[in-house]
Amino acid sequence: MSENELGKKWDRCVADAAVKLGTGLGLGIVFSVLFFKRHTWPISLGSGVGLGMAYANCQNDLRSHYVVRKSEKEA
Amino acid sequence: DCVPQVPSEEKSAQWKDLEAALINRSNAVNDARAALGNAREALDGLKTVIDQSKGLTVAAARPLVLAAEENLHKMVVDLDKVVTKVQAAESEARVVSQYSELVNEAKLQFQREVSSLTPDIQANWKSLTGKLTTDDLNALIAHAHRRIDQLNRELAEQRVREQIHMEAALEQQKLEHHKAVATAVDSALQHMKEEARLEQERKLAEIREVMEAEMRTQLRRQAAAHTDHVQDVLKVQEQELRGEAQQVLSSKLLEQENLYRQLTQEQLDNFTLDMNSAYARLTGMEEAIDSHVVSEEEARKAHRLWLAVEALSHTMSTAEGQSPTKPLEPSAQVVRDSCLDNEFALALAGALPKESLDRGVYSEASLRSRFHSLRPVARRVALIDEAHNSLYQYFLSYLQAALLFESPHQAPPAQLSAQDLDPFKLLSYASFCLEHGDLELAAKLVNQLRGEARRVVEDWLTEVRLTLETRQVISLLSAYANAVGLGTSQAP
Repeated sequence: MSENELGKKWDRCVADAAVKLGTGLGLGIVFSVLFFKRHTWPISLGSGVGLGMAYANCQNDLRSHYVVRKSEKEA
Repeated sequence: DCVPQVPSEEKSAQWKDLEAALINRSNAVNDARAALGNAREALDGLKTVIDQSKGLTVAAARPLVLAAEENLHKMVVDLDKVVTKVQAAESEARVVSQYSELVNEAKLQFQREVSSLTPDIQANWKSLTGKLTTDDLNALIAHAHRRIDQLNRELAEQRVREQIHMEAALEQQKLEHHKAVATAVDSALQHMKEEARLEQERKLAEIREVMEAEMRTQLRRQAAAHTDHVQDVLKVQEQELRGEAQQVLSSKLLEQENLYRQLTQEQLDNFTLDMNSAYARLTGMEEAIDSHVVSEEEARKAHRLWLAVEALSHTMSTAEGQSPTKPLEPSAQVVRDSCLDNEFALALAGALPKESLDRGVYSEASLRSRFHSLRPVARRVALIDEAHNSLYQYFLSYLQAALLFESPHQAPPAQLSAQDLDPFKLLSYASFCLEHGDLELAAKLVNQLRGEARRVVEDWLTEVRLTLETRQVISLLSAYANAVGLGTSQAP
């Protein structure tokens, strides 16, 4: 059902954002702890990277329908 | 007088016998006379009968009459012979009776004399031998002598008169002989005459018979000749008549044949006419029946089609809640089967969309509720389209949806202007239409959505389109079935 697609997309987005944010945060924390002597900037970097990736993914997912694919161009 | 010399007792016995015989003879003579009288009477009677029968003209009786006459004649002859015998006997007897009379007379005389001489002595003097005295005896002897003398004298007289007596007797005898001869001759003559007459009659009868026989033969011959002639004439007549009859018959036959032919022809014509008319009527009836059958068949088919279409339209209402109806395939198949020769109906039945056949369609209520659930979604993505589809646009779109208030239902105008193509307006128009049951207009309005909102309502739109198509086809089929049913149904 086409009306549920948006909801599904949002679910994916949120899930993806949570995952990416968590992963980024975790990696940031890890890196911060491991490599960067407990500075906070890897955490924020990591979470920012995660969030940014999630945002990008979400946006791509949401506009995936409008994207003209290479295969279509060739067809 | 030749009396034989016999003893007196014997004589007296003989005299007694003689007298007895005489008495017998007289009795016999009387009887004979009576018999003769009877016989003569009988013969006379017979003669009269014969004379009467001679008067008859029956031919067959004549020989009998003749025979009877002969018998009569014979009987008469016999009677006469017998009469002559009797007469001879009578004459002999007369002699004897005369003699006996004389004797009796002499006896009486003697007795008288004796009694006159001896009045005491009775006539029966045989028993008087003891009683007679010598005087009586002398008287008797004297009487006897006197008697003897008398008798001698008489004898002498008698001798004298002998010749005269003899002649007289001879004369008498001759006369009697003549008489007898005359009577005999007479009777013989009569007999001869009678015989001759009878002979004549016999001859006559014979001749008559012969004549009769000849006459009969002649007549027979004539009859034979006549029959021959008649036969010939009849033959000729027969021929003629036959010819005539044949002609008449043939002419009548011809007539009858003609008549018959005419009648049969008429009958045949009538029959042909009747047959033709009957055949025409029969074919008319058959055609009427066939057309009736055909029309009934049509009516039945129309009815079946109508029933199938009704079933199909009923399946449209089997949607429960949010689930679609049952697949319309079986009902559609039934409809297709019940209109195999109807191109229009077949085309219509084939125009049903595939999804409705396989999966069924959603009811209007479910579509309406779905619309109500997807209207907010469409509102939220109202700003998103090809160009604007970043996340920021999404945020803005969501903001717009949150902040924009439109009336939930708004009556759509007759003509859509450019500003009516705003998604919010469209959605409210569509909502109004749905509330008022106009699925088609709602679909049309929703069809005007563009961009992401369009993508969101795409499925709903296809569903609505399916439902609308199915409903249209079914309504067309139903209308068609109704029309056909009306057209073919028989007026009661």
